[in-house]
Amino acid sequence: MKLALLADVHANLEALTACLADAEEQGAEAYAFLGDLVGYGADPAAVLDVVREHAERGAIVVLGNHDAAVLDPAEAATMNAAAGEAIAWTRGRLSAEHRAFLASLPLVARRDDRFFVHATADAPSEWVYVTDPLHAGRSLAAAGARWVFSGHVHEPVLYYASTAERPLPFRPVPGVAIPVPARRRWLAIAGSCGQPRDGNTAACYAMMDDARQALTFHRVPYDWPAAAAKVRAAGLPPRLADRLAKGE
Amino acid sequence: MRAGAPVIPAAQLPRPGEVVDGFLVGERIHSGGMGVLYRVTAPGAAFPAVMKVPRLGPGEPATSVISFEVEQTVLAALSGPHVPRFVASGELERRPYLVMEEIVGPSLKDWVPRAPLPPGEVARLGGAVATALHSLHRQDAIHLDLKPANVLFRDTGEAVLIDFGLAHHARYPDLLAEELRRPIGSAPYISPEQVVGERGDPRSDLFALGVILYQLATGRLPFGSPTSEAGLRRRLWRDPPPPRAVAPGVPEWLQEIVLRCLEPDAARRPATAAQVAFDLAHPDQVALGERARRTRTAGPLARLRRWILAAGYEPAPLPSPSTQVAAASIVLVAVATQHDDEAQLAALREAVRGVLERGGARRLACATVIRPISQLGGSRQDETAARQRLKHLAILRHWAEPLRLATGQVSFHVIESGDPAGALLEYARVNGVDHVVIGAPPPAVPLRGVLGTVSTKVALEAPCTVTLVRPPASRR
Repeated sequence: MKLALLADVHANLEALTACLADAEEQGAEAYAFLGDLVGYGADPAAVLDVVREHAERGAIVVLGNHDAAVLDPAEAATMNAAAGEAIAWTRGRLSAEHRAFLASLPLVARRDDRFFVHATADAPSEWVYVTDPLHAGRSLAAAGARWVFSGHVHEPVLYYASTAERPLPFRPVPGVAIPVPARRRWLAIAGSCGQPRDGNTAACYAMMDDARQALTFHRVPYDWPAAAAKVRAAGLPPRLADRLAKGE
Repeated sequence: MRAGAPVIPAAQLPRPGEVVDGFLVGERIHSGGMGVLYRVTAPGAAFPAVMKVPRLGPGEPATSVISFEVEQTVLAALSGPHVPRFVASGELERRPYLVMEEIVGPSLKDWVPRAPLPPGEVARLGGAVATALHSLHRQDAIHLDLKPANVLFRDTGEAVLIDFGLAHHARYPDLLAEELRRPIGSAPYISPEQVVGERGDPRSDLFALGVILYQLATGRLPFGSPTSEAGLRRRLWRDPPPPRAVAPGVPEWLQEIVLRCLEPDAARRPATAAQVAFDLAHPDQVALGERARRTRTAGPLARLRRWILAAGYEPAPLPSPSTQVAAASIVLVAVATQHDDEAQLAALREAVRGVLERGGARRLACATVIRPISQLGGSRQDETAARQRLKHLAILRHWAEPLRLATGQVSFHVIESGDPAGALLEYARVNGVDHVVIGAPPPAVPLRGVLGTVSTKVALEAPCTVTLVRPPASRR
């Protein structure tokens, strides 16, 4: 079975649509959304509609900090100005059903030897960034799973560990199927679908192929000028549109 | 769940006559430290194949498991004539094996007992290995365990690299980087940066190639076969005796190439294996420096300075092998020295300048093709021939002067052939040229498509990028 992993969609409908179409072409049979469905982008309602449809058909969806901030003003208060502004704007665009869907999302999900969390398994509600081997090691240890799939950090990276206490980071090359056998532990950060930050404007997602025990990171060029134009038209902070144009 | 070492069952060694995943196992042809090799018959295979089965399980080092995984991944990702073709592999937990093409030709280690070899033979063998390394580096892989036993030859003379158990491939996580606290590799051949744990530099393979060249040229190993880590570290600061001091028959150009490859600092080695192959193929074009004339090892002061540098050695992060190699490409410019078209020559020079200005350690080979001298007739043929070659060489040098290139960055070649396009293509192929710059066919030649021209043929058949240059005046 092929499982498509999408993180940090951030209300970017153009990026989400492009990634889902690509994943379908690549033969995805299951989907996991790794949090931060909304925030920053101009299409929160439409994105939630798409994700909810997938959830009804069995997709895994976990809660991200931006999703939590929509529901909880205390959470929103910890964010930077542009992010906080976008959250306030997002609240006005969501229906009661959208809110109920967000409120239903778990912080973590587990399927056999796979663990899904937005930020880190050792403190899922604290939104700590896994940006180094130390934090990756903590997340892997707390998850107690062979494969941990997460987001939050907007750049794709794969941590791998066997006997060593600290896993090592690896920057994946798009489109290369990396063997990820069960005899090691792996922490994959899928990269951001809706707001990539590694200098490449193309949307990120990853695909786990169970039969081959291989993980492929994908980059999908999408219509970011349209997404950026919507951000500007909505009156959201212009910097959020610029980020899409620069991929940073 | 306990997070621990991979649990691998002891590998079952197949028996001759057994069928493993469709492969009929034949005779055992080799039994080494890391694994056992069997000849196998693969259904529908167009070439002979071997099955490598690792020695795993209790009593075997953990690195042998990882090496086997590395070889499975890396070999499956490689292609081309310089590696054995990958056929299939069996999962580690179920039935670990690797089936690949059998290379029947001789091993480079067969030449070692006959060393010192004549310089020409060292250059031929070393050039074949360098070409194979370049192919590997361009695919984003580094061998990291290059030694004579890991080089085989096809009947065609092409070198084939085998045993990728310690290799690094930039597109896959480096499983060995995680496990190893001690340097791994073969003691006589391992590079200084590998000794301190750096595994991402393709120039590490050039150091090993330098050791091989030294060994073939002198019959001795430049650093011996140290058995301790301190012994291995010595090559970070101690230079080997110059090859000419060991074997006086070694020419200066060969010593220059060998010592350049053996520089402790990778940045001072040739930028790519293709450049080593190029130098080995064109001894007369090797820029001879201090290394060529060196008669003994560095004195105690120089050694102390290097020792201090080595003590603080910290490898810097590196781009992927293919990126590094691309920045040091070989550019071939075909200069029509027999035609006096100033506009075309100037346009060609500007185009070359543009290509070279993209940075990196690019090298320029300037070539012209002239008709074979013997066809020119004349009673004093030798003299005429030499004069002809010198004349065209002078024109080439003059053409390149405004580019102001450093010695060692540019070379000049007068090729004699009745088929200019064929000669240029052959040159590009043999020398691993990455980019050909050549004058475009004039726009107004009648029947151009029917007759063809040198540049159109080159553009169509070249193994690399081709730039066709048209002078502004003739543009439409």
